[in-house]
Amino acid sequence: MRIELERRLEPSPLMEFLSPLLALVLAVMIGGLLLSVIGKSPIQAFFVYFVEPIADAWSLQELAVKAAPLILIASGLSFCYRANLWNIGAEGQLVVGGLIGGAIAVVTHGAEHAVGGYWILPAMLVSGALAGMLYALVPAFLRVKLGASEILTSLMLVYIAEIALDYFVRGRLRDPKGFNFPQSVPFEEIARLPFLMDGERLHAGALFALAAVVLSGFIFRRTLFGFNVKLVGSAPKAARFAGFSEGRLTFAVFSISGAAAGLAGVCEVAGQIGQLQPIISPGYGFSAIIVAFLGRLQPWGIFCAGLVLALTIIGGENAQIAMKVPLDMTRVFQGSLLMCVLAMDVLTRYRPRLSLGRRA
Amino acid sequence: MSLLKSDAPLFSIRGIVKRFGAYLANDHIDLDIRAGEIHALLGENGAGKSTLMKILYGLLEPGAGEIFFQGEHIRLASPEAARALGIGMVFQHFSLFDNLTVAENIALVLPPSEKIEVVATRMADLTARYGLKLEPDRPVWSLSAGERQRIEIARCLLQEPKLIILDEPTSVLTPQEAESLFKTLEILRAEGRAVVYISHKLEEVRRLCERATILRAGKVVATCDPRAESVRSLAVMMVGTHLVDVRSKPHDILGPVRLAVDALSLEAEDLHAVSLKAISFAVRGGEVFGIAGIAGNGQDELFAALSGERLARRAGVLHIDGISVGREGINLRRQYGAAFVPEERNGHAAALDFTLSENVILSRHATGEVMRGLSIDLPAAKELARQIITVFGVRMSGHDPSARTLSGGNLQKFLVGREVSRTPCVLVLNQPTWGVDASAAADIRRRLIDLARLGSAVLVISQDLDELFEIADRIAIIHQGEVTMLGNTRDVTRENVGLLMGGARARADEGFVHAH
Repeated sequence: MRIELERRLEPSPLMEFLSPLLALVLAVMIGGLLLSVIGKSPIQAFFVYFVEPIADAWSLQELAVKAAPLILIASGLSFCYRANLWNIGAEGQLVVGGLIGGAIAVVTHGAEHAVGGYWILPAMLVSGALAGMLYALVPAFLRVKLGASEILTSLMLVYIAEIALDYFVRGRLRDPKGFNFPQSVPFEEIARLPFLMDGERLHAGALFALAAVVLSGFIFRRTLFGFNVKLVGSAPKAARFAGFSEGRLTFAVFSISGAAAGLAGVCEVAGQIGQLQPIISPGYGFSAIIVAFLGRLQPWGIFCAGLVLALTIIGGENAQIAMKVPLDMTRVFQGSLLMCVLAMDVLTRYRPRLSLGRRA
Repeated sequence: MSLLKSDAPLFSIRGIVKRFGAYLANDHIDLDIRAGEIHALLGENGAGKSTLMKILYGLLEPGAGEIFFQGEHIRLASPEAARALGIGMVFQHFSLFDNLTVAENIALVLPPSEKIEVVATRMADLTARYGLKLEPDRPVWSLSAGERQRIEIARCLLQEPKLIILDEPTSVLTPQEAESLFKTLEILRAEGRAVVYISHKLEEVRRLCERATILRAGKVVATCDPRAESVRSLAVMMVGTHLVDVRSKPHDILGPVRLAVDALSLEAEDLHAVSLKAISFAVRGGEVFGIAGIAGNGQDELFAALSGERLARRAGVLHIDGISVGREGINLRRQYGAAFVPEERNGHAAALDFTLSENVILSRHATGEVMRGLSIDLPAAKELARQIITVFGVRMSGHDPSARTLSGGNLQKFLVGREVSRTPCVLVLNQPTWGVDASAAADIRRRLIDLARLGSAVLVISQDLDELFEIADRIAIIHQGEVTMLGNTRDVTRENVGLLMGGARARADEGFVHAH
């Protein structure tokens, strides 16, 4: 007896909808198994991870705060992944965006501001996005001109970005009155993103995430550029036949994903953190990869997947406090979720069937 | 035991059923293969020939049915099991390592204990027995398709098979190479081995085979002696309807030169590609111009240069309606009125996961019919797809399905229709009916002639000589990146073209072509 996979004539729309959900269920089961191995109650953990974070208004706000950068970055990454280009370095692009945008806030701190300083926040956002974009163009350039694998180069650049941020917050950008703590001065009010709700949690960065979802939806559905991205990913030779240049497209999608990640970085430092620190992201850039695939690279899928991943981040923090579950457990769960998503993808294109072997 | 059962067929297939999803590829097929016969398996694309042979070779497991070897029930769970029983198969697509030599490629299928020197003597033995000419030290990438096929046959024969399955063996061969293959096959038959011969080419089958089984839509529709049938009657059995001839009628009304190629040279892009060497020709409005040649002689490179997927060094080497376009990309060439149909449907001319209307956008966005400003006009693309489907008789299921769901013939009709429906001034096609069933091929050819009659210049690059003799007004040969003009199709013979395709170029200058 064996399992045979029969190719479906067309991807099943039902399975396209169900496979991320099945993956989620499977990953939760794997997570529960692991927790019981380290002697924790899976049932209690399930409540801590998935129920408590959405139990009250405050934590719902927290959910949106965590989901916003994930959705923004994943929307950008979906351009790369649809084109079969593997930008794994969104975390680095986020850090560089936060560093450059934050540097503007630090440098202008305490000075007399022209036009009341209203230019500072827009300048931070634009330069943060630009910095992320330029940083993402490095692996794009290496790929197009030298044929280097963008997977490796973009990933390696993450570590350079993180160490650069660390260097600057311990050096040039450190708060001179900060008792030698490795952090910058707190940003002035004018350099902070406005809050959307009472409670001082949900800031205007969430609007960028929403805009990214709507905009990427429009681009993929209605523009020749979006058509081109999908075509290059699905059939590169056909894209050449359609007259599109693969090199130019590589630069374009890396620019988009880099800018989105960079913008997410500035929003973090100008939003809830309010200063530069050695670590400005709990791995949003990496988790966003999972968000992109869990959302099947579809704009609204990414929106929902971003909320799910945000849930696991908050749940992980809660579980660390309430159940003394190591935070690495959250990473393990996120990793197994990605594996399950990719594995379940088989169901959309193939129909599994039990074959009874000998059938004479 | 074998004596007792000697009058049982070598292999018997009974009631084989194989289903792929909703698609029934084999529907209760019975087939007997006897020792010492060359048995033809005929059918259009998608009739189920390859599926059946893959089952017999252990690559696919049948949904139902039984296989007998000399009357004994057997189960073929894998190609290893099939080979152990003496079944060998030569596939249409070769599985050779380009960078290894002939001897190394052969050694790969032998037990690891065999020494490479022994391989050379065994190869010499095969050459002597079957006339299989093999040069042990040549790297595979330098070989022609015919020579590569001989390696595959040699690999197969080293296992001393009782049954050899050949899938479309002559589709990539010159007439002369095919001739030497036939000799080998006749020796195999004389030795008492069985051969299953899958083919589209009915003339060959009538010459070579004493029995033919004809499949249509997954069912056996007839078993006959092909020598007692005509090509036409065999074709009717395969297709199931009566065929209409497309034959191009001689005519002299020619328009101005619409596509001119002037000393086009292009370096090969990599080791295995062919460079184009000073190619010159002109195609006039109103004519179908054919370029014959064996696969791998620069056809793909020529197509890429004509379409603009690869740019020429100078603008002046290519003219569309008098405009120099050598340095312009494919979309600008489209805007000047040219259209292109590449050889490979899957992933080059069409994106298989895209819907038909999206595939219309693929090549028609440049000429503006499916765009509204910068955004895609989806309703217009859908309407255009619908028109192409109706006018060109594309059969499909559902409303705007993905290209993957269409059969090869129907997809090709759609893709040719996508370009022809623009009434381009120049249409360039590479292998327009490759792997397409007979009725769709006839339909496509008729469309090309119709387009030429409207005043367009139609250039057909094809390795199917029958096709070119049917539709081309003038014919040329491409060999190792060089194009040689032969003149009007009615003045040349098939044999001469065949020889020239194989590289007998020197004799063209001696009036060999126009000898008769």
